[in-house]
Formats: sequence, structure tokens, C-alpha cells
Amino acid sequence: MKVLAFAEQRDGKFKRSSFESVRAAHDIAESLGAECVALVVGSGVAAGAGELGQYGAARVIAVDDAALASHANRAWAKAISTVAKKEGAGIVFLPASQMGKDLAPRVAVQLEAGLASDCIALKVENGDILASRPVFAGKAVADVRVKTAVKVFTLRPNVFPATTGGAAAPVETVAVAMEPADRVTVVQSVAVATGRPDVTEADIIVAGGRGMKGPEHFALLESLADVLGAAIGASRAVVDAGWRPHDEQVGQTGKTVSPTLYIACGISGAVQHLAGMSSSKYIVAINKDKDAPIFGLADYGIVGDVFEVVPALTEQLKKSK
Amino acid sequence: MKVAVCINHVPDTETKIKVGADNVSIDRAGVNFMMSPYDEIAVEEGLRMRDKFKGEVIAISLGNEKHKETLRKALAMGVDKAVLLKEDGERDSFGVAAGLAEELRALAPDVILFGKQSIDHDDAQVGILVAEMLGLPSVGVAVKIEITDDTVVCHREIEGGHETVHTKLPAVFLAQKGLNEPRYPSLKGIMAAKSKPIEEKPAVATAARVETVALRKPAAKAAGRILGTDKTAVPELIRLLHDEAKII
Repeated sequence: MKVLAFAEQRDGKFKRSSFESVRAAHDIAESLGAECVALVVGSGVAAGAGELGQYGAARVIAVDDAALASHANRAWAKAISTVAKKEGAGIVFLPASQMGKDLAPRVAVQLEAGLASDCIALKVENGDILASRPVFAGKAVADVRVKTAVKVFTLRPNVFPATTGGAAAPVETVAVAMEPADRVTVVQSVAVATGRPDVTEADIIVAGGRGMKGPEHFALLESLADVLGAAIGASRAVVDAGWRPHDEQVGQTGKTVSPTLYIACGISGAVQHLAGMSSSKYIVAINKDKDAPIFGLADYGIVGDVFEVVPALTEQLKKSK
Repeated sequence: MKVAVCINHVPDTETKIKVGADNVSIDRAGVNFMMSPYDEIAVEEGLRMRDKFKGEVIAISLGNEKHKETLRKALAMGVDKAVLLKEDGERDSFGVAAGLAEELRALAPDVILFGKQSIDHDDAQVGILVAEMLGLPSVGVAVKIEITDDTVVCHREIEGGHETVHTKLPAVFLAQKGLNEPRYPSLKGIMAAKSKPIEEKPAVATAARVETVALRKPAAKAAGRILGTDKTAVPELIRLLHDEAKII
């Protein structure tokens, strides 16, 4: 039996979520007495792919083709399912990144497999995988079993450890024939803002709500985020009010996040917001209202004025650096 | 242009979820249901496409009798037709997708819209499963869709930015917040929707591929500590983040 882990890379650099899924694949493969094989797809990707051995891949397969220079979801899905079939993989892992979520359903259909998406825990029981996945934006957790012979899982970024320890793995190149139809949907260009990390990938998030009283006051949070190398998050109220862009919204109708540290500033903690951030490892709440629901979830709370506490926090963090 | 919008009927975002007696689904007692918020964006986009290119928008939902409420809302927003694919039991995403794909194959729309995910099971699978089952291109998490003849330019959200994606119709698109501001149904629309028919047919049967073994509440967090009421608490916060949480 083989466990195949798809590793996503951008501009020749692997994403941390890819290391996490290779490591998780390794751990599951070990419990099942199976082999962990990593897979990379793209153009010029074979050269650096041996690095995945450090995260537990015994072998790495590269579908490395100049025709795959720009991302095309059908071509990528075909590459993954073709390699999975060729290897006889019984289990396929992808990160639940935007790319992984785009590919996994296609891969599942091609492999006649069931798909458990956005898993936060995996456990081997009687030779089968029991996967836990948050539902209703984390208000509940479903323990699920994939019943098909081949099983596909996507893993939520920032949840599984990316433990290193292995040696570089041998890389073997596999060709997958592509047709024009595989490239009907193709990425023409990528625009990524530099500077601050994305909320779904960040280790630390500084988030603001209605208590910030206006879009101009988010500068206070940006200063704090800069000191911490953090992403900015926002509640639905402030996004709906147009104070912050949609892509920063945390909650049931925004992003579900699992950072190491979530600093909630002027956020009262509506049910739908708490759902999106309750899996953060540490939560700090700064809010004037001592009865705000956010304090029920916070590890550390300061019942005080954000306009006084946040600048003091930023200053003292700067000094302690 | 023929546009199909697939929509789901889900618990309101303010709902506190309780686990049902069967331990695999939620307790529906006292829960308000609504159209999944991303599906509202998909309906709005469908209406705009129809108004621009002429043609019709058809809303489709797979589920029990209650899904008619969400189909009525789509009719009130302005869709031309509504179809309920009846299913009284629970289905996994694959089962929902298979039922929708069967209906969509017969309809053969130019554009198929979904919300980027339904906010109940948060699987974010159905739209792309349907695309693959029908052999159609797809663009997920779309924040901009521009159609010129049969060529489409989309902006798709990715981590920390967006990508510009080209594709061709017929295609499947998954709506993300930011694509548009969904309209509120007008009173006239609501009145008109009451008399519009909803076509009903059984959803084709499929076998589930993913089984929910248990549904449970996440482990409750231990109560935290209040460190103070003003900036004098900041040094203690920094100490805890450093010594206890070991983050900074």
C-alpha cells in the first residue's frame, strides 16, 4: 500500500501546508505499514523536490513538464490521479489550501474515491482512517470514514506539524500526457501582496472588530501586526461596513483560521466569528465590555480600552525585541 | 444564455449547533434555516448575467420539502425557474453532486454557479465535483467573472492575493464574498414568488462515499485569565506570551 501526498509549491518554494501534508502522510503510512510517496507537479519542479524527504517521503515523484509552467486545474488533477493510479496509492493527501481544495474533488472523481475535506485530525483504527473535520465553521466536529477503496483527504493548513527528521529523498520524473482540454482553465497571472501573511497561513493574527470605531484606527492594529509579523483579521461587521477588505474576514462567512496566536481587539465575539477562530492555539482578547463573549474563549484577557492597550502592547513589544 | 444556480438551505449563521439524538446530525429543533450566504452571491451573479446577456436563470436545490423556502427566496430575488430535487434523508457531498449533475446534464446550461461552499458541512466539494462529473471547466472562489462571448476572465482568491484565470463556457463558477453585493428581494418580488411554481422531482439515488460516524461539540476551552483593566496589564501579557505560550 502507498500513501501519496501532493505538495504544492509556488515559484519553486514549497508551502508549509505541503510539508504538513507530507508529514501527516508519512505518519499514517507508518501506522499502516505503507510507503509514503510525495508528488510535485509543474515546470522545473523536480530539482528541489528531494527536500520533501526531510518531512518523511520515502520517494518523490515529479510530473515536471514545460507545458505545466502555468497552473491549470484539470491538468494538475489529471497528473495527480494518473500518478496515484500508477503507484496504486490507496490514500491521497492534499493540503486544504485554495489549490488543494480546487484539485481534490476532481482527483476524487477520477479515482472513484470519497473525499474528506479540511481534516484537523487523523487516526488509524483497525487499519482504517478515522478523520475529524470541523463543520458549521467549527461549531461542531464530524468524525468521518471514507468508504471507497481509494480515499482522498485534504488537511487544514496550520494544524498538522511539519516535523523534519528524514533525509533527502530520491526524485523520479513521470510523464503524464496532456490534451488541450486539460488546459481550458489556466492561470494567466498571480498577484500576491507582499509584506503581510495571509490570515489562513499566518502564525499570528491581529484582528479588529466594531470596537475599533472606524477604518482609520486599524493603523493601530497594523503597527502591532508589523512588530509581530502578523496578518490582519476582521470581523464581519467591519467588513460589511467597508472598513476592511473581504479577504481579511474571519468567521463562518469568512476564513476559518488556526493560528498559534489570535489577538482580538474590540471584537465582542458573535457566534459566527468565534466559530472561525476558536481553534487558535492561544487567544488574547482586548475589549472594554467585560461581558463580551470573546472573554469566554480567551486565554488572556484585558478588559480595557483598545486605544490605550494596543499602542502600549506595540511599544513594549518593540522594546523587548 | 442559460444560467443554473445550485443553492442550499442551511442553519442560520447565528445558530448554536446542538448534536441530535442520532449523534451524527444536528438537532434541528428551534433552528432557523436560510439560503447559504455564498449561494446568495451566486444567485445575484446569475441574475446579473441574465440581465446582461438575456436568457434565463434556473435555481436548483437538492433536499427536503423545506428547501422550497430557499428556492422561494431565489424566485423572489428574480430567478425565472426553480427546481427541487427531492431527498428526505442526509447525503454526503458526492451524493448531492451526483444528483445535481444528473439534472444539469439534461439542462445543459452555459453557466453553472455555486457558492464557494455551503456553510453547514463546509465541504467545499460539490461545485467542483459537479464540474468534474460533467467534464466541465471550473473556477473556484471567484471574486470577479467577466464573460466575453464564450471566453471568461476570472479573478480567483488565493492565499494573500488573487490569480487571473482564463476559461471557456460552458463552465462552473464558485462564488466568493466580494464578487457582488446580493440584492434584497423586493416586496413585489416576494409576492410574485409566492405564485411561481417549483418543479419537483426525486433526486437520483447514489451510494454515500463518506460516512459520518459521530458528530460532536469541540472540546470546551478552560476559562482564561483576565489580566487587568488597562495598559498596566501589558507587561504581564507579554510575559505570559513569552513564558507560557512561548510565542514571542
